[in-house]
Amino acid sequence: MDDLLQEFIAETRETMEALAGEIVAWEAEPSDRARLDAIFRFVHTVKGSCGFLDLPRLARLSHAAEDVLSAVRAGERVPDAGLVNAVLAVVDRIGEIVEAIDAGAALDDSGEELLIAALQGEAAPAVQAQASAPAQRAPTRSVRLTVELLDRMMSGMSDMVLARNELARRLRETGDPAVEASLERLSLTVAEMRDTVTRTRMQKIDALFSALPRMVRDTAAGLGKSVTLAIEGADVELDREMIEMMRDPLGHIIRNSIDHGIEAPAERRAAGKRENGALHVSARQSGNQIIVEIADDGRGIDVDKVIARLAAAGRSEAELRALPDKAKLELVFEPGLSTKDEVTEISGRGVGMDVVRANIEQIGGRIELSSVRGRGLRTTIHVPLTLSIISAIVLGAGEQRFALSRQSIEEIVRVRADGSVRIDRLGTTPIATVRDRRLPLVDLGALLGLAARDRAEPEMLVIVGVVGGSYALAVDSVLDTEELVIKPAAPAVMAPGFYAGQTLPDSGRPMLLLDSAGIAAAAGLHFTRETSAAAPAEADAAEPVQPALLFLDLDGVRRAVPLAAVDRVEPADAAHIHFTAGELRLSVEGRLIPLAAQGTLDGRETVSILRLTDGAGELGYAIAEALDIADLPCALAPAREPGPIAGVVGWQGEQIEMLDPHWLFAEHAVSAGDGAARPVCLLAGREAGWMATFLRPALERAGYRVATALKPGETPSLTLAMDDDAVDADAPVLRLSRERRDGADAIYRYDRAGLVEALARHAAGGRR
Amino acid sequence: MADLFLIARIAGRPVAIASDQVESVVDLGEIVPVPGADARVRGLAALRSKVVTVLDTHVVLGLAADTAVQGRAVITVIDGHHYAIRVDALEDVTPGTLQPLAGGITLGPDWRAIGCGFVEIGGEPVLAIDLRAMIPGIAAAA
Repeated sequence: MDDLLQEFIAETRETMEALAGEIVAWEAEPSDRARLDAIFRFVHTVKGSCGFLDLPRLARLSHAAEDVLSAVRAGERVPDAGLVNAVLAVVDRIGEIVEAIDAGAALDDSGEELLIAALQGEAAPAVQAQASAPAQRAPTRSVRLTVELLDRMMSGMSDMVLARNELARRLRETGDPAVEASLERLSLTVAEMRDTVTRTRMQKIDALFSALPRMVRDTAAGLGKSVTLAIEGADVELDREMIEMMRDPLGHIIRNSIDHGIEAPAERRAAGKRENGALHVSARQSGNQIIVEIADDGRGIDVDKVIARLAAAGRSEAELRALPDKAKLELVFEPGLSTKDEVTEISGRGVGMDVVRANIEQIGGRIELSSVRGRGLRTTIHVPLTLSIISAIVLGAGEQRFALSRQSIEEIVRVRADGSVRIDRLGTTPIATVRDRRLPLVDLGALLGLAARDRAEPEMLVIVGVVGGSYALAVDSVLDTEELVIKPAAPAVMAPGFYAGQTLPDSGRPMLLLDSAGIAAAAGLHFTRETSAAAPAEADAAEPVQPALLFLDLDGVRRAVPLAAVDRVEPADAAHIHFTAGELRLSVEGRLIPLAAQGTLDGRETVSILRLTDGAGELGYAIAEALDIADLPCALAPAREPGPIAGVVGWQGEQIEMLDPHWLFAEHAVSAGDGAARPVCLLAGREAGWMATFLRPALERAGYRVATALKPGETPSLTLAMDDDAVDADAPVLRLSRERRDGADAIYRYDRAGLVEALARHAAGGRR
Repeated sequence: MADLFLIARIAGRPVAIASDQVESVVDLGEIVPVPGADARVRGLAALRSKVVTVLDTHVVLGLAADTAVQGRAVITVIDGHHYAIRVDALEDVTPGTLQPLAGGITLGPDWRAIGCGFVEIGGEPVLAIDLRAMIPGIAAAA
């Protein structure tokens, strides 16, 4: 029975840890069914175990919570704030009771009735749970082991590998194929086992991060603040022991951030920030370290206040003020310091940053701060990889082999005769040119004093990325890639700063893991973050760009058009496009718009139409498909002759033809435009019907709008009538005659050239 | 009260090493050098699944570097790291009592740092040494 109880406690505790994140997510999005189900499963499992283990209080609580949640699942109740809070309170209570059982302590049961009553809500009918099928409890099989036992397993495993290697060597001498085959099988099993055993000590840092959403929520809610938490890198693996050691410091830093760093919503608004404070927690592996970063966008550290506090406590203010900025910031690690005026329940419990730093340093880590007043604080914890498996490249320098973490390697290149990868000298300083990058060069063999003086220049370059930049590490050979168990080396070995740890690969020869940052430092390389980050931005700003739409044209060419000229892109049925009256036209929305295209529509059922606009007129341009919107440089190599293509721009190594919207409009859209703004040509007299039928196109081509009757207030710029019509007009009248008569002031009605000329003359006169 | 002492020969001289400092005595295999490290660090060697840091006792004692390819070593664990102290030979394990160096006896400069007393064995005084004092890079005599 006791064993069962222990298992129940362990399991509940583990599930609660995992659940913490789910609950907060559910609170933010109560309609999220998956979260709801997860919480439901939890209370259901607790209820089931309680009945069996005879724990009536837990059973009552979990039963009540289960009822409510199943009602929510059935849609009978809405998960409002009250309900969510009540469920959270019950889940917390379950946790407290479980801890009490574990400790063998009595826990006051007052208030549990209230919790259950709160669950029932305001007079909501008590609903029965049978509607939902009980979720099947998935048994999680786990045991607890001491780290020491795991360590013994690990070293036993490594011994086994070495024994196997020895055995293999001996057997090869005998040369019996049958024995070798069985040995091969053994080797595979051993390798697999080693992998498994090694992983037992590693745990995803998620185990540390999964509790954060809940903690942030509770802390922020307790302070009346609102904080958005973003977590990154939860799948980074870390030694289990290390994870436990990090738990308290991480929690403390986060509570500090929310309590002291992030301002109250009103204050944030006043400072022009979003009301929700942002908290960013991330983990990543960098070389031989795990870096955990906690960044907030709060008010940062008030150094003056810190100094004032310390001065009040008897330190010399002048001395503190004389410290460099970084050292001033680190004053927050002084014991017994609180910059907050009033002590709060959240972080003012006497545990200061001094304790946090001590905890981190105890596990061989270090902690760094970077603070910008009014902008936020970034706390970086560096933790060494005491025991970790890294994927490494084995390098040769002189006679010796070294490992280098693959993560720090950008690429491996060989010096090439064509000059794309080569080594030059600036004075006596060698530099590497890899394609277009110029990198400082560190010769590993020379740095470590392993290289013979007269050897040739190394040919293999390993491009190593470190914080702030990259460098090329010249090595004699690149041998292998291997998964290595890295262990810390003795202080005397670490002292030169070249190494990050030691390892024993399968060969049985100890090998050192190189520290890429340490080598850069030892070689005297300096990277400044500012220059490398700021330079590209300046380069961008120097070259003017314009947003453009990239598209694939009908003829298969990638072209672009300035985004400002595009009204919209829409699909069109090829059946709506016809070559009529000397021009491609698209029927759309009950009217015709002129269409430009390069290439053929043949074989396409649909095309995309760029609807270009110049503000007044409209024009379609048929394309195959729209690709992307990009900032293209304004610098343009103009086309040899005017046409639909204005010219070519270079972009990401490609030549992109740029359409010329002006030419397109000039060419295609003369007849388009706003009819109302054009001069009116009034058709008058008895032949108005004939004119409307026969002359309208010619008149419209000349830029007139044709009307047979005037709207009120409209005056015609030109009246067209037959020579015998009586027209009372105050506008110029153009008369047509039915017969061809020379010298008359009327134009023969089929004298097209004469008519066009007359229209043009009038049009010019009218606009003058 | 008698403690156990390991009697070894280092740089031609007999020394006594308190047995509580000794984890084991091994024959070292191949030693991989550690470029850039203190001269007292001879290199790294594999000891079953462990990597041990091999110290060059000759350099510790101010002599020319040891060049022997293989040999006996005493393994000691200090601050969680394994160190191998090269010895020329191992002679005996014997009970004895550590006596302080007194009465004006002063060791020569090379031995002064590591000597911590003497043990009388068979009527002969043998210098007792503190292995911790040999190790570079840690707070000596902590």
